[in-house]
Amino acid sequence: MKTILTNARLIDPEAGTDSLGWLLIEGETIAATGADTPPAADHVIDCGGKCLAPGIVDIGVKVCEPGERHKESFKSAGLAAAAGGVTTLVTRPDTAPAIDTPETLEFVTRRAREAAPVRIKPMAALTKGREGAEMVELGFLMDAGAVAFTDCARVVENTKVLSRAMTYARSLGALVIGHPQEPGLSKGAAATSGKFASLKGLPAVSAMAERMALDRDLALVEMTGVKYHADQITTARALPALERAKANGLDVTAGISIHHLTLNELDVGDYRTFFKLTPPLRSEDDRLALVQAVAEGLIDVICSMHDPQDEESKRLPFEEAAAGAVGLETLLPAAMRLYHAGALDLPTLFRALSLNPSRRLGLATGRLATGAPADLVLFDPDTPFVLDRTKLRSKSKNTPFDEARLQGRVLRTYVAGQEVFAHA
Amino acid sequence: MTFRARHLLGIEHLHPEEIRTLLDLADQYVDLNRRAVKHSDALAGLTQINMFFEASTRTQASFELAGKRLGADVMNMAMQASSIKKGETLIDTALTLNAMHPDLLVVRHPHSGAVDLLAQKVNCAVLNAGDGRHEHPTQALLDALTIRRTKGRLHRLNIAICGDIAHSRVARSNILLLGKMENRVRLVGPPTLMPAGIGEFGVEVYDDMKEGLRDVDVVMMLRLQKERMDGGFIPSEREYYHRYGLDAEKLSYAKPDAIVMHPGPMNRGVEIDGEIADDINRSVIQEQVEMGVAVRMAAMDLLARNLRAAKDEGVYV
Repeated sequence: MKTILTNARLIDPEAGTDSLGWLLIEGETIAATGADTPPAADHVIDCGGKCLAPGIVDIGVKVCEPGERHKESFKSAGLAAAAGGVTTLVTRPDTAPAIDTPETLEFVTRRAREAAPVRIKPMAALTKGREGAEMVELGFLMDAGAVAFTDCARVVENTKVLSRAMTYARSLGALVIGHPQEPGLSKGAAATSGKFASLKGLPAVSAMAERMALDRDLALVEMTGVKYHADQITTARALPALERAKANGLDVTAGISIHHLTLNELDVGDYRTFFKLTPPLRSEDDRLALVQAVAEGLIDVICSMHDPQDEESKRLPFEEAAAGAVGLETLLPAAMRLYHAGALDLPTLFRALSLNPSRRLGLATGRLATGAPADLVLFDPDTPFVLDRTKLRSKSKNTPFDEARLQGRVLRTYVAGQEVFAHA
Repeated sequence: MTFRARHLLGIEHLHPEEIRTLLDLADQYVDLNRRAVKHSDALAGLTQINMFFEASTRTQASFELAGKRLGADVMNMAMQASSIKKGETLIDTALTLNAMHPDLLVVRHPHSGAVDLLAQKVNCAVLNAGDGRHEHPTQALLDALTIRRTKGRLHRLNIAICGDIAHSRVARSNILLLGKMENRVRLVGPPTLMPAGIGEFGVEVYDDMKEGLRDVDVVMMLRLQKERMDGGFIPSEREYYHRYGLDAEKLSYAKPDAIVMHPGPMNRGVEIDGEIADDINRSVIQEQVEMGVAVRMAAMDLLARNLRAAKDEGVYV
């Protein structure tokens, strides 16, 4: 079975190109691409000059199974992902219970296979129960399919525990993902220190807390030689340390959520809890510096940090409300804001959305190359629309983009050559 | 007359003209409150509910008295004791009360923004009686009325706000109000009790109290919470009193006719010397309490007028 997508704007993050051409899918893989006369196929799709890019690989998605399936299930997350052009979900282990044994990981893998139309790559906790005391069975968990190890937003405070876990992880070639927030300073914070938080009377954390924690983690990386990824770097002050670590040859990468690239602390306005995130939204200066860092490649990965919360968790005074936002379906249109603002071109965006996260996890996806898996997203970067959160496929509707004017619509999504979403 | 607000949630959204209107009306209520028969029917037939999610004696009493003097039916609810303990959310509590058709809801809550949230869910007028460390608008208004009556004006004054600025909603509302009325505001206190980003507030910041008080017209002291005294924010109570407690020596740096204010309740010997607090030539602390009732009467009167007008126009059913 051969399918050809003709008349497409091919967004190739590997080559850094954005040009008209065709792409041939044969079975589960990309059989060929080109700009000349398209070859014959069983099935021809005219893309009408719209963009065809490698599907998004989203690191750090919270699917609330096990524990809180009413917030998000593999089925709902999978449908949301397909509709958002996300072809691989790299799921978080901060469920209830935490995913810290091969048995729970196998449960997740089985549920994912049964229910989700996209690929699921699970991460596992770094320490048992994410309690920061004892390392998990890293080897068994890797055998069971864990692609990375992280305690998510719960920072491993005990440096000795973390250094041993990193040392052990290094021997397995495992990737450790850190959440750089100094726990003492950031405890109880709902906003970033500064004029806005002070005027609103919100407990706040200094932007410096991120740099301090990153400095510690990078020192441990230097000590242990582990592969390390910082889940979110969101402040300008943390960037020099990251740059230095990379220049010194440490095996370090960093990500950022699309929310931190497109929103700032002022969006919280009069205590709008859908804008309460972990870490909190930053200043506009930070946002601009981070957009620049993505453009330069210093920040490697853009993710949605998809974090479903039900209405009850959000309809509370700001300090008490849960942090987090859903993002699978808004990741691509929000990213188009950066494209339309002229800050990032499409190949650069898909380098951070698809190619880099794939590479970091050792996956074959994220590319438009011959022989690569046919995980693809066809989208129109221009279609304007006003987001209605009630229409989201996620079970939870906590998006900061409710009623926002966005541009960019996913038209079709393919996973392993199969169409998993088509815009009605 | 201009006072358009539907709720009194903070000073932030008030226009200077609205502040003047409110203070002018409060002046009239000061006169009423000094008469033998202290009663008006401005709120007759209306229901006022005081919801205090945080313990309060003086503010709650002041609101209660203000409502009663204007003829409202006043109900006090001590929220710490009731539904919160049963796990009801703030919004459910608000909706429950809303169903009882109150006209004025006076709310204090330990979390910043909680009163804003509640105001979105009810169709009566909401008065913020203090939310977390965000705002306490009636306190700033009663301070403004006190200053205007003693100094004869509410502009071009040098005003020092001293003490725990970081945790104080009184300080925030006062900074906003005094700034809107074109005064020079100084903040005096140890840097551990200053909020972040203070440099962008349009105020002058001092950590030396004598320098901070030099030639000011008004000294506004803030209460220092007991739980902040033990090494967390300041080394000790006695060191704080030595460096930041208002005594005669430090006050001598201010103008000879400078007045001393305190929102209460006072910690004598911690942030203020007892003798200064009682000095009738300098301290206006008792006047502040008196002005509090008048300001709250004025605020509720104005909000009730707007509420009636809105109902006449069919905005609310």
